[in-house]
Amino acid sequence: MAATAPERPSDVPSAPARAVVAGSGLLRGGWTRMLGLAVAVALLVAVTLGSVLLGTLPVGLSDVVGALTGPPDSDVERAVRYIRIPRTATGLLAGTALGVAGAVMQGLTRNPLAGPGVLGVNAGAALAVVLAMVGLGITTAAGYVWFAFAGAAVAAVFVYLLGSLGLGGATPVKLALAGSAFTALLGAITTMITLRDASTMDDFRYWVVGSLTRSDGEALTAVAPLIAVGVVVAAGLTRALNALALGDDLARSLGTRLWIDRTVGALAVVLLAGGATAIAGPIGFIGLVVPHVARMVAGPDYRWVLAWTAVLAPTLLLVADVLGRVLVRPEQLQVGIITGLAGAPFFLYLVRNRKVVGT
Amino acid sequence: MTSQPAPATASVSVTTEQLSLGYGSSVIVDQVTTSLPAGRITAIVGPNGCGKSTLLRGLARLLPPQHGRVHLDGTELTTMPPRTLARTLGLLPQQPIAPDGITVADLVGRGRHPHQRWFRQWSADDEQAVAAAMAATGVDQLAESPIDELSGGQRQRVWIALALAQDPDVMLLDEPTTFLDLAHQIDVLDLLASLNRRLGRTIVLVLHDLNMASRYAHHLVAMREGRLVTSGPPSEVVTPEVVRDVFGVEATVITDPVAGTPLVLPHRSVDTEADR
Amino acid sequence: MSSLVRRGPTPDMLLLDPRGVPVSFRLSRSAVLLTVVAAMAAVAVATASLTLGVYPISVSDAIGIVGGGGSLIERDVVLGDRLPRALTGLGVGAAFALSGAILQRIAANPLVSPDVIGINSGAAMGALTVLLVVGGGGLQLVTGALAGALLAAVMIVLIAYRRGLHGFRLVLVGIGVAAMLSSAISYLLTRSDIHRAMSAAAWLTGSLANRSSLHVTIIALALAVTVPALVVGSRHLRLLELGDDLTRTLTGAGQGRKVALLLLAVVLAAMATAAAGPIGFVALVAPQITRRLLAERQVGLAPSAAVGALLVVGADLAGRLIFAPSEMPVGVLTAILGAPALLYLLARAHRIGAAG
Repeated sequence: MAATAPERPSDVPSAPARAVVAGSGLLRGGWTRMLGLAVAVALLVAVTLGSVLLGTLPVGLSDVVGALTGPPDSDVERAVRYIRIPRTATGLLAGTALGVAGAVMQGLTRNPLAGPGVLGVNAGAALAVVLAMVGLGITTAAGYVWFAFAGAAVAAVFVYLLGSLGLGGATPVKLALAGSAFTALLGAITTMITLRDASTMDDFRYWVVGSLTRSDGEALTAVAPLIAVGVVVAAGLTRALNALALGDDLARSLGTRLWIDRTVGALAVVLLAGGATAIAGPIGFIGLVVPHVARMVAGPDYRWVLAWTAVLAPTLLLVADVLGRVLVRPEQLQVGIITGLAGAPFFLYLVRNRKVVGT
Repeated sequence: MTSQPAPATASVSVTTEQLSLGYGSSVIVDQVTTSLPAGRITAIVGPNGCGKSTLLRGLARLLPPQHGRVHLDGTELTTMPPRTLARTLGLLPQQPIAPDGITVADLVGRGRHPHQRWFRQWSADDEQAVAAAMAATGVDQLAESPIDELSGGQRQRVWIALALAQDPDVMLLDEPTTFLDLAHQIDVLDLLASLNRRLGRTIVLVLHDLNMASRYAHHLVAMREGRLVTSGPPSEVVTPEVVRDVFGVEATVITDPVAGTPLVLPHRSVDTEADR
Repeated sequence: MSSLVRRGPTPDMLLLDPRGVPVSFRLSRSAVLLTVVAAMAAVAVATASLTLGVYPISVSDAIGIVGGGGSLIERDVVLGDRLPRALTGLGVGAAFALSGAILQRIAANPLVSPDVIGINSGAAMGALTVLLVVGGGGLQLVTGALAGALLAAVMIVLIAYRRGLHGFRLVLVGIGVAAMLSSAISYLLTRSDIHRAMSAAAWLTGSLANRSSLHVTIIALALAVTVPALVVGSRHLRLLELGDDLTRTLTGAGQGRKVALLLLAVVLAAMATAAAGPIGFVALVAPQITRRLLAERQVGLAPSAAVGALLVVGADLAGRLIFAPSEMPVGVLTAILGAPALLYLLARAHRIGAAG
């Protein structure tokens, strides 16, 4: 009798871990997904409208129209033009950017637990902002936007490189730990600087909690093109990401040039994650969680994942923001806190229930 | 002169009574009632997923029974105090984890744990037991070698020595030969047979190779889909009908000219669903 | 060899085995050596810290002051400030190192420690809630830290437990829980007035400044309670590296002992956090340094504790001297030194699931 393979207890990790979970998602077939996407877009539009209308100050549609056409005549119209609309726009931009960045990161590293927050990108941005605040006295959003951007970029590259060292490459655990260590390191340096004086501390403790209220039109128009470029680059990468999901060897045999794809992908991530952190501060878990939801709905094909993520992520972010405005009236709960408190349980659910972990 | 572990004073039988085992709500071993003879070698056989490893784990008290009982010489397993249990049951798990760089002597010494306390961490008894176990399994010359440097067969011998150092009445081995090449498989099974002969311990092992099982075991337990199909000595159990029922293979059974035990010669697999 | 000490089963091992008494203890030569050397170094650094600083005092004077002499100012500096600081540092370093050593064994993973898996964050959250919301201090702070750490640990174990407490899952769940707590802590900071927020932020880095006899008591108590339990329990720790199945067979018991050891680790981390804030990386790095220095596969609890104590008092002294006249909190220094150490470990880790 020939020897047959023994039953393996299902909780013993098998090597190497295939991170992207197979499965075709809730919606199958191109048309269903298209239809679903249209519904999601409609939802996004509705949420966007809600973000402009809802809040401590009651706003009506006529006020919105009035604010957009011609100079603002009343307090309400001013609120709409200078607060609500920028806030909503920030949510749209940052949400899309974070979601797409997360999707690309997960595809590049074949790691379901990758995301800009987990991998220390936020910490890098935070340190850069603090340096701008302290070293150069910059306190306005338009001013330190570029620093946040650069810091996030450096951190992303650094952590990814570190996590890839050693045998086995960038496994989920190693990458998460690298991000965690890096975050701790940068956090320590950041705190050291901010403890110098009360005003820096005061500025910083609000910045470090992600929020949609800190960028004005100027900052947004500066960063939006970069985010747009990032999204376009990511969209162009979907074919490569699909190939990468099969493993390096198979991807190579399918004709992709791995290092080109990885570099281009890293560039996209840097533009997106850096840009998002620059305009909204560190917001965690959106980039980690939304691609998974997209995968659950539309399957593992990255063209659909990216499309759905680009729509769902801003929706979720805006919903979180609206909740923050509405839940604790008349106070406000910053969106970064909500995503942190709500996103982490989802992360934990992923860790617990999906066979995502490997060595 | 080599010292030997003492022969078991009285061999211990293992019986199960309507035993059901599983994880959560799933049932993997379904109402198995069987009796494993004392002082003999029993092999649990069956196709993949039939629950043989799970049954062994249930016997080792690694899984609580969902239903039914396990008795060791009349004592119910779940009532045994931990220390007594540890001195009674020795285990070789399916994929044992060898800490990097550990030496053979160190590893075998771990088997003495149930005989030690926090204030009695190493006694002359321990030393003797370890030396005897290593001698009995033929690894005494390798005492200082790190386990990473040993071959598959030698490693299994070391794990068996660890279980032996425990001085257990029953030894349970989960697929001890699955990853070994033929020479080492024979090596390990010969060792177990000799330990059983000289020391009289009850040995229960899960084997996936039916011919090896019928050659070395005194008693077979054949399972399929969690149920006990049949049990008994190989001459009774290894028949074409059983082979078809349990393994889904059409075969001829002859008598092995060397060992005198049943030998299975498979023809083809059968579509068992259609045949039922 | 005498009738008391004789050679053990392996070259590094010594046996303390008095004739006529059925008691025996295994001692590793290398572990004993490391413990003694590290402990002596730690005490030396601690003594040095009594003499160095903005107000220099000679060694003989310092000893005299401890003995009961010296001027009022000198007594204030040495006894009121530097001595509690040194003692707390020693105790906290030992406690964090022990906690890390235990957790690394339980998780069979060299990259686990109470800070990585969120226990320290839990303790911090609890303590901060007391500091900022309730406005308490002292004993209330300790209770808050303990409660926070225990809650975090329970949450982590419940989520990560799936037919066993596997190392990699524990790490990931811990990171998730830590992230959640980090959000909550940031929230607390934004809700308080700036001065409280500043002192809270300072506390969050881990600092030995302004320690009093209260802190010394906290950590001494923690050690007094847990160390005897560890003497009994370290045997089980050693067994864990053989895997769950063999551990269960060789003890005949279930996960109870593992949970008890986990609890000890949590209490150590919580009390240390209460005494000095969540100092990072000591719990991770000290056991790893110990492991690499010891000859055989030791659990190395005593040497880890000594190395941890040395790290903390050393970092604290460096923080005081290098940046004089201002101070860098000890937590910042341990992070700056420890994070690269962790990243180095990561780069070298082949199989994170292995026993390390």
